[in-house]
This record gives sequence, C-alpha cells and structure tokens, in this order.
Amino acid sequence: MYPHILLATDGSENSVRAAKEAIKLAKCSANSKVEVVMVTDFDKSKQDILHAQSAESLLLERKRKISNVEQLLKDEQVNYKITFLKGSPGPEIVRYAKEQKVDLVVLGSRGLNTLQEMVLGSVSHKVMKRVHCPALIVK
Amino acid sequence: MQTIQQQWFGNIRGDILSGIVVALALIPEAIAFSIIAGVDPMVGLYASFSIAVIIAFVGGRPGMISAATGAMALVMVNLVADHGLNYLLAATILTGVIQIFLGVFKIAKLMRFIPNSVMIGFVNALAILIFMAQVPHILGEGILTYVFVAVTLIIVYTVPRFIKGVPAPLIAIVILTAITFIFGIELKTIGDLGTITQSLPSFFLPDVPFSLETLQIILPYSLALAIVGLLESLLTSQIVDDMTDTKSDKNREARGQGIANFITGFFGGMAGCAMIGQSMINVKSGGRGRLSTLVAGVFLIFLIIVLGDLVIDIPMPVLVGIMIMVCIGTFDWSSFKYIVKAPRADAVVMITTVAIVVYTDNLAIGVVVGVILSALFFVASISRVKITEHDGIYIIEGPLFFASTQHFVQTIEKTTAKTITIDLSSSHLWDESSVGAIVKVVSKLEEQGKSVSVIGMNPASELLYQKLLGITTSH
Repeated sequence: MYPHILLATDGSENSVRAAKEAIKLAKCSANSKVEVVMVTDFDKSKQDILHAQSAESLLLERKRKISNVEQLLKDEQVNYKITFLKGSPGPEIVRYAKEQKVDLVVLGSRGLNTLQEMVLGSVSHKVMKRVHCPALIVK
Repeated sequence: MQTIQQQWFGNIRGDILSGIVVALALIPEAIAFSIIAGVDPMVGLYASFSIAVIIAFVGGRPGMISAATGAMALVMVNLVADHGLNYLLAATILTGVIQIFLGVFKIAKLMRFIPNSVMIGFVNALAILIFMAQVPHILGEGILTYVFVAVTLIIVYTVPRFIKGVPAPLIAIVILTAITFIFGIELKTIGDLGTITQSLPSFFLPDVPFSLETLQIILPYSLALAIVGLLESLLTSQIVDDMTDTKSDKNREARGQGIANFITGFFGGMAGCAMIGQSMINVKSGGRGRLSTLVAGVFLIFLIIVLGDLVIDIPMPVLVGIMIMVCIGTFDWSSFKYIVKAPRADAVVMITTVAIVVYTDNLAIGVVVGVILSALFFVASISRVKITEHDGIYIIEGPLFFASTQHFVQTIEKTTAKTITIDLSSSHLWDESSVGAIVKVVSKLEEQGKSVSVIGMNPASELLYQKLLGITTSH
C-alpha cells in the first residue's frame, strides 16, 4: 500500500505507539519499508559531544534512545532502516520526506519535550501543515 | 571528505548569508574579548578578521568559525597587564609556531587522551571566568547600568522567537544605543575603554627586544595559549562534525590555527581559536563551506571601516549583557545532572578542573591537571584485579601491570594449597612488573615445596614473558 513509510521518532511513549501503527500499515503489503528517522536538534550537538567519550559512543547512545522502536520493528519482522538527521525536527522531517519522496509519514502527537512544545508548537503540527504526502498522527 | 570545489563553492548562497550573520554576531564579542584581555577593541577586531580569513583557506574544518575568543583573552590578561601589547603580539606569533609544530606532529591523536570530564570542566570554567570578568563593569556603575544589562538580556532571549534572520545581540545594540541617544542617557561606552580605527590592519614587527629574556616572558603564555586554542578548536570541530554529519581533518585544523595565529601576530591581532557559539550560529544559519568563514571575516572588517564611528557609542552595559548571554550559552547546564549521575571519579575530575581554573585564573593549568588526575583515576580503576580461588586454582581477572601486581603477589603468596594453578586466561601481562610478579610468586612457592603451574597465558603475554625472561619455556 505504502512502499516507503517514514516513521519519525524520538524514543518517547508516543513514538512507540506511532511505530505500532506504522507496523500495521507496513504489513499490508510485502514491499513496504519503514524508515525510522530521528532528528537531533543542532543545539543538542554541543551537549552530546561534551558528554560522549567519542563519536562512536555518541552513535551508540543515540541508537539506544530509539531501541524500543527498533525492537518492535525487529519483533514484527518489518523491513526497516534507521536514519539520523540533524536540525530543527519539524522542518527537517518535512524536508527529508520531500527529498526522499516518501509515501507516508507516521509520527506521534507529542514528543519528549512538553515544555518546548508549549512555547514553540509541536513537531507534529508543523509536519502536518507542511508535508507533501499523507501523514498519520498517532494519539 | 569533500573536494576543494565543494568546500568552497558547494553552498554559495547559504555560506554568504550565514557569513554575514556571523560577522554581525562577531563584532560585539571581538570587542568584549579585547576588553577582557585589556587591549584596544581593534586588537580583537583585527584578530577576528585576520584569523577568520586565513582559517578559511588553511583550516581543516570547513564551516567552522575562528576569531578572537574569550578563552584566549583570559589566558593573556596578565601578559598584557605586565608587559603590554607588543609582548602579546610576540606571544601570538610564538603560539602560532607551537601550534604548527603540534599540528605537524599529529596532536589530534593526543586529544583522545582528554576525557569528557575535563572538556566539560573546561567550558564551565570558561563561562565562569567570562562572567567574573563582567562583574567589574556592572558593580558600582549606577542603577541605569543594571537596567540596561537586564533589558539587553530580555531582548537577546525573547527577540529570536520572532526575528530569526538577524542576530539578537545586534538588535539589542541598535535599539539600546539609539535609546541612549534619544533620551541623552549617560553611560560608559566602548569609546571610554579604547579607540576604533577605521582602516585595514597593516604589517609590522612587534616592538620587543629579540632576546632570551623576551622568550622567557612570552613562552609560558604562548604554551598556555597553544593548548587552550587547540583544545577549544578541536572540541568545536567535533561539534561541527556532528552538526553537519561530515568529517574533518583535525591535524590540518591544528596547523591552520597555528598559521592563522602566526600571521595575525604580525598584523596587530591577538591570538584566537575556533568559537563554539559562533560556529553553531554559522551552521544553524545555513553555513557549511569555507566561503562562510571567509565572508564572516571580510564582512566584519567592512562593517568596522564603514560603521566604526557608531561602534564607539555602544554602551558598555549592553556589551556586558551580551557577554552574560555568551556565558549562559557556554556553560554546560547538564553538568549538574552529570555530577550526580556520572562515575564518582569523572565528577571529581570535572569539579577539580573548574576549581583549579577559577583559582589560578588559567584555563591551561586546569586542563593539564584535569588530564593528569583522570589518567591516575583510570590507572587506579583498571588496576583492580579480581582473584578467585577454588581448590588451589587461582583465576586472575583483569590486566597485570605495574599498578596491579602488588595485590596479585600478596594474594597468591598467602595460599595454603600444596598444588597451585594460576589461570591467566582472563588476564593480560603488560610490562616487566607483571612478568616479574609471576616469576617471583612461582619461585617463592616452589621454595616452599609447592608445585605451581601457570596456564592460559594469551599469545601476546606469552611472547612478552619469554622475551623479558630471555628464555623459551612452556608452562
């Protein structure tokens, strides 16, 4: 149904629920692939580098953050791939979805940082408004 | 790594726009860091122009911004106070020479020895020192100074929500300088602390005697500047690598920093290095290539030549407010969580680094002590060897080397068994001490009439054992 599904995630509860929905959709057809995308904000780079022993341990740290989502995809034997991106999460997901011509974007309604969302608006809202393909926001 | 063509012209539009943004954000910082160092604002501005332009060509990390920095300014304070500007310029040239050497000898590899606890301590100490340098400009300057500092902070933290293209500090400067004119408010200005020359820097030799005595004066400062400059530059390049998901040539960056400082010293500029904050602004504003760094430097000097007259009217409290923002941005606020959650030894190293820097006012000393301390902690932690005994079989877990052999020898010697087996399959012999310890234990127990066998040595340990003993045996 959707050959290329982009699952935006930050390892939060909501993104795990979003992953479950993405899996359901991916299982509708044999050729579906789920691309798990995690966007790290530019402003996080300094803190991440300072607290990581090396670039390798930082990669491990980031992979661990979304291991709950990866575990789900693995258990359900869905064809998947993980992509790490940098930038402002909302616009970056929109840009990447457009560039890769994905068929569907799936994401949770709320992420990890509730306070930031109150001030800056939620990522899901930004993606919904600007993305050029169908989007599924999971409550 | 990208090609030269890509590094320069892969992102022309983004690089030019971000370079302009960085130039605007650099001006107040270059001036403020000059004031910290105790020199004329032009020294920092010329340095920023010169370093940015040179590093655009010779740096190893495209898109990174280097200029006059707070870390370097803090190191040179005493040199300027005791000996004056010319000695600072001479020290800048020597710093360049040292950094070029370190770059040629692949210093970047050594950077791996600096643990993150020291890095966190470094940025925190830097933030604290820059903040402390601002205090004299606030205290006892009257109520209006407090008001202007506060309003500056409000502007720099709220305006970016609404206006993203122009750096908020610049907006604060324009609005508040205009207000002082309109209402005729008397505040200390940059003009009171130095002069602005509306011309390009020119080449001249620092006016210092070419003697051993001069070298003795500047060498300690140059060494400290070289260390601090490379540390911040290589840290910044890691951050830019991560932000842009690209690699960079760290040794080339070290050499580049050296070349930039070397030349800058002949053009009346103070030593500088890469800037974390400005490099992040550059990347966030879309800068990726070498062109962005070049544009930042060129546009900065263009602005000074055109607008120099206005720059001297910027009120000091506004500059102080901007510096407080820089401190808040520099400080690693997750350190508080780090102190609680990180391993004890790491937290101690971090706090010690900060404490020593604040106490000595010298970032370089703090870093060196931090590295030594963490190395000692590391040795202590890996020297803990676990020895378990079962029916005369001793299983050694952990590396055997000079720091761990004592525990090993003492434990085995206490044995009461008649037949003893030492199992080294979970261990590794590293040095003379470890081989010596094995020999000592075996001979001592055999003297007591016990039978000892050593098993499970891995091939590397076996080789070392035979080499150091000078005989080929098989246990």
